[in-house]
Amino acid sequence: MKHPVTRRRRTQALIGMVAVTAMAATACGGGGGGSKKYSPSNKAITEVVNQSTKKGGTLKLVSSDKFDSLDPGDMYYASAWNFSRLMARPLLTFKPAPGNASYEFAPDLATDVGKTDDGGKTWTYHLRKGVKYEDGTEVKASDVKYAVERTFDKEILPNGPGYFAQYLDPDGTYKGPYKDSAPDKLGLNAIETPDDYTIVFKMKEPFADFNYLAALPQTAPVPPAKDTGKEYVKHPIASGAYMVDGQYEPGKAVNLVRNPNWDQATDPLRKALPDRIELLEKQDANDVDNRLFAGTAQLDVVGTGVQAAAQNKILTDKKLADNADDAISGALAYLAVSSKTPPFDNVHCRRAVQYAVNKSQLQRAQGGEVGSDIATNLMPPTLAGSKVTDMYPNGAKHTGDVAKAKDELKQCGKADGFSTVLTARANRPKEVAGATSVQNALAKVGIKVEIRQYPSGDYFSQFAGVPKWVAENKVGIMFMQWGPDFPTQFGFFQQIVDGRAIKPAGGTNLSELNDPAVNGLIDQATRTIDPAQSAAIWQQLDQKVMESAVIVPFGWTKSLLYRPSNVTNLVVTPAYSGMYDYLNIGIQ
Amino acid sequence: MIFYLLRRLAGAVVLLLIVTMAVFAIFFLIPRLGGATSDQLAARYVGKSPTPAAIEQVKHSLGLDKSVPVQYGRFVKGIVAGKDYDTGVRKVHCAPPCLGFSFRNNLEVWPRLQDRIPVTLSLAAGAAVIWLLAGVSIGVISALKRGSLWDRFSMGFALAGVSLPPFFTGLVALALFSYQWPIFKGVHYVPFLDNPASWAWNLVLPWLTLAFLYAALYARLTRAGMLETMSEDYIRTARAKGLRERDVIVKHGLRAALTPILTIFGMDVGLLLGGAILTEQVYSLNGVGKFAVEAIGQQDLPEVLGVTMIAAIFVILANLVVDLLYAVVDPRVRT
Repeated sequence: MKHPVTRRRRTQALIGMVAVTAMAATACGGGGGGSKKYSPSNKAITEVVNQSTKKGGTLKLVSSDKFDSLDPGDMYYASAWNFSRLMARPLLTFKPAPGNASYEFAPDLATDVGKTDDGGKTWTYHLRKGVKYEDGTEVKASDVKYAVERTFDKEILPNGPGYFAQYLDPDGTYKGPYKDSAPDKLGLNAIETPDDYTIVFKMKEPFADFNYLAALPQTAPVPPAKDTGKEYVKHPIASGAYMVDGQYEPGKAVNLVRNPNWDQATDPLRKALPDRIELLEKQDANDVDNRLFAGTAQLDVVGTGVQAAAQNKILTDKKLADNADDAISGALAYLAVSSKTPPFDNVHCRRAVQYAVNKSQLQRAQGGEVGSDIATNLMPPTLAGSKVTDMYPNGAKHTGDVAKAKDELKQCGKADGFSTVLTARANRPKEVAGATSVQNALAKVGIKVEIRQYPSGDYFSQFAGVPKWVAENKVGIMFMQWGPDFPTQFGFFQQIVDGRAIKPAGGTNLSELNDPAVNGLIDQATRTIDPAQSAAIWQQLDQKVMESAVIVPFGWTKSLLYRPSNVTNLVVTPAYSGMYDYLNIGIQ
Repeated sequence: MIFYLLRRLAGAVVLLLIVTMAVFAIFFLIPRLGGATSDQLAARYVGKSPTPAAIEQVKHSLGLDKSVPVQYGRFVKGIVAGKDYDTGVRKVHCAPPCLGFSFRNNLEVWPRLQDRIPVTLSLAAGAAVIWLLAGVSIGVISALKRGSLWDRFSMGFALAGVSLPPFFTGLVALALFSYQWPIFKGVHYVPFLDNPASWAWNLVLPWLTLAFLYAALYARLTRAGMLETMSEDYIRTARAKGLRERDVIVKHGLRAALTPILTIFGMDVGLLLGGAILTEQVYSLNGVGKFAVEAIGQQDLPEVLGVTMIAAIFVILANLVVDLLYAVVDPRVRT
């Protein structure tokens, strides 16, 4: 009896196996062997692809994530900032153009970029006349003031950047319009609106980059009478070419239709091509890629690139590669080395890490050449005024220099090495793979690394961003990736190296670098209006931070984007983290 | 009977309280045991690089500055009596059962959750019908034709079904029938009342994906159950009485074999109504399961609490229905 039973089991197992393999085979099929490699055409990085003025049609957008908010005053994601301009007009925005041209300001609601006549303390903007909301009323300067005031109240709108409160009201006396006792809710003295078309921002200290703040979606006007506070996210009042159809359902969908009161005569920027724009949120990430390939969806709004499966398909299929762009996202992937945790409080021990790491392997962990370029200093090459340098050369392919690392260890008084703790984000496979690489590379010079992983959602609020926690757990090295809020050296550096950016929780200066020289250079640069002069200061700062060795840069990240051929006016914009510019896209 | 129902209902309420307390504990107490302060908890809900002042404000608006028992009390009070919320511009009354406002997008949890239930209901109900019919019939035939080619084939098929997760079968099904041969193009949820035909058409792949997993399991269970009951003495007696073979199999064999399956079926459907997480994810169906995953991923406590309660309620209800159905299927229970 026993024999037939086992035989039958075997047959069953065999059938099961065959079914599984058959399905696996179909799943992997279609790529066609994958022997030949193709490079992405990168066409949209250097030009606007599929230029067209053809109006009409429905643009179907998808997102594997969701916006942090659709309220222009309450958003921080670059994708949300990019998208918000379809409905809302900030004072300034960035030119929908390729390469460095995208860093140029394009006046949107304002007639021109802001002007200062006192070295950067006072900034004046003039508004265009005849710009109307979706309800037909005209946009007034006081609406912009109100919109900026709203961002002061984190109780009501917690998500957006806090720069306006920080610069316009450094003492924190103004609590936002919702707690404002003035009858018109316009009690903030730092902003003046002498007439309906002029707005003046007044600061105590000069701030050279103010125009970048004016390009935040937070300057898009909000009519006070129509503000619904926390509920404004459902239907922000449009000043742009499109308005929300019905209500936004976070995590599900938002549909945009034409704003009947938008007037092309007031808007030299927007082409307003499609009749309707539909966005589905929280879609399965792999299916998003499939839909792009099939052309049933036109864009992935998240803009951080395709998944691993789709990446392989693109690199092995010429037709797909022709429609792909490998864009520099403007973010730096690095190891933050604590300046406090012993023995890393000694600069030589930090420098040992600089020499020991294998950046070539770290690049592989980032997805290879498609995933990142090897970084040897901080500022990404796409930022205006940046200069690539290498203070710690560690091999032709950056695979590590054991001798130099050991020499630094000797100078640090740790010739026999030591043990330390390294943190990485558990749900970021690139960091987890990178952690093992760092562990191996440092083992070669005698530094024993214990890897600890934490969820990315709590990484800054509970772990690496909490100095007390870092000290208690004797953490020496922390994986980190930083993309600037706005594409300037200030936006890039301030939050990660300024000693005054160290916070009890939620900070991003993970190394806890608090060097008066570094802080001083940041202040000096923010007061310098001349771009060439300020670029020199930032380069000096980059060198200064590299000298202190608290940051081990290893990758300028890139994202592999795919554009279906039926989408028009697509161009990669470095101003929004290297995603496509959403302002003027249309459908053939 | 009424007394029985009341007792079950009271039990359900106690269970819900325990479940929500557990969620609260996981959310607040465990991070605190690890040394996290309420500032650190609040820092999750502010944008990038928050200032201490911003953290303070968020802490206050989310109520994280209160002790955990007080927060739990507020939560329960909201469900029983409703709550008032300040949107900045006006006070909004959230009527009972008020599950609170999302920590992430400031919107009321209950309406958003309500919106998701029909999707999961459609998915689970359709799939349940398919897997029950397919699983049980395959199982019965396999049991009756034990050792035949059909038996081997269907049990092999079952093995594949149990071993292949929906995020695999679903993606393969999409690749084949939505992209390679676009029979089911652009799968998305259409409400039943809007267009029943389109509702069904769009759900065919999700139903099959989900049913494949369960049908396999049910086929094996039915087969085992049938093999056991068909060798019972009373089956021989029934045959000896000269009953038709069909009656013997269906009325005597299957009926007895079905009782344990019904229990599992009730539990499975109940659990699924709390969210068919993988299938919803693969087909991007905005159901309860996807809601749960997103809520947990974003650490949105009010949403996590809401979805946990809904899932618990479904499981409790399903169990109740199973108990009642037992009486119908198994005469021995009817006393």
